[in-house]
Amino acid sequence: MLMFHLASRSSLPPYAQLVEQVRQALLTGILRPGDRLPTVKEVAGALAVNPNTVSKAYRDLEREGLVEGRQGVGTFVVRRPDGPPPMVQAQLAKGLNTWIGKARTAGLSDPDIESMLRSTLRASRDEAIA
Amino acid sequence: MTAAVQVAGLGKRYGKKWALQDATFDLPAGRVCGLVGANGAGKTTLLRMLAGLSKPTAGSAIVEGRVPGDEVDFLSEVGYLAQEVPLYVRWTAEDHLRMGAALNPGWDDKGARDRLESLGIPFDQRVGTLSGGQRAQVALAIALSKKPSVLLLDEPVAALDPLARRDFLSTLTEAVADTDLTVILSTHLVSDLERVCDHLVVLDAAHTMLAEGVDEVMATHRLLTAARRDIRDLERDHTVLRVEQTPRQVSVWVKLEGPVHDPLWQVSELGLEDIVLAYLDRGRRAAGRATLQEVTA
Repeated sequence: MLMFHLASRSSLPPYAQLVEQVRQALLTGILRPGDRLPTVKEVAGALAVNPNTVSKAYRDLEREGLVEGRQGVGTFVVRRPDGPPPMVQAQLAKGLNTWIGKARTAGLSDPDIESMLRSTLRASRDEAIA
Repeated sequence: MTAAVQVAGLGKRYGKKWALQDATFDLPAGRVCGLVGANGAGKTTLLRMLAGLSKPTAGSAIVEGRVPGDEVDFLSEVGYLAQEVPLYVRWTAEDHLRMGAALNPGWDDKGARDRLESLGIPFDQRVGTLSGGQRAQVALAIALSKKPSVLLLDEPVAALDPLARRDFLSTLTEAVADTDLTVILSTHLVSDLERVCDHLVVLDAAHTMLAEGVDEVMATHRLLTAARRDIRDLERDHTVLRVEQTPRQVSVWVKLEGPVHDPLWQVSELGLEDIVLAYLDRGRRAAGRATLQEVTA
């Protein structure tokens, strides 16, 4: 069963954090097609989060076609989101981890790293558009 | 969407002083509404009137289609937890459950016992000897077992340690998932709001400042920043909550009434906590001005 968590200092609102975690779990293979997601009540109780927030996250995932709600049974994983397979995903994460290690050794703080990542992402997006 | 609570021009005066003035909002059924405001903003006064414990001086309140009062059929629809947890310290949890069962028609005895058992709360110990968190849980279990349509909670977690607070809110959100319960929760802890509430009412200096779903609130409030410039255009088109200026820069917290046309403004999103604080800050400054005018007049 997937364990959700919520960061109160995240820039993402709670429902988007839940969506993100399911997507991540699908990409990394923690969740597979056929798995049942925890019920809205289970997540609401475990995280002390508004149940409507959980429903909203599940609806978003349903709209994307990643999960499917079955009346009275629960919400089940249908497919992985489009993206590289778990192996490639894991390699990329490892590469990033190595890079982060280098950045820290060079004296960058975590917020520095985050903002560098954000601005580089933005710059490369702009390049792609131009 | 049907409104579980409708409040129009609601006011309460004690002697010459208004404890609440012109509160106006509708709360859709099934929402968990955070009620926020500085001390003395009238939160407790509002909740007591909704619970039927106090009569309005002005305006009207309708809860689940009824005018709050002390009739049995109203009281069975509404649960109310006052700030000082309303339990008999010499009674055990068991005593409280028995009394609840005897006094309330649709009492959910199993629900109450399951809840307390899963939290490991002893049934045979005087509640006066339980921890603050456990006492709050007993009171919440009792309020929920009445199976009310509307639950009013007056700062239920203010006195609890962080863990007990999380447990209390867990019990609450789990109960909301199970039923169509509508909740109004007054709190000073803005950090709990974003997690637990999907509706927000901000009271300030006895007036309602904001009453909207959290999604709408998040979508309409923004921080605009730019090199120092005139903000009159902004004030004309939007609701300006707060302005901060340095010699070179200006930051404006706004409630947008439409798109921001001027590309010189850099628009960024605000967290719920920032938005609530902007309203409370505005209220405080408005109150400061009022006092100043009284003095100079």
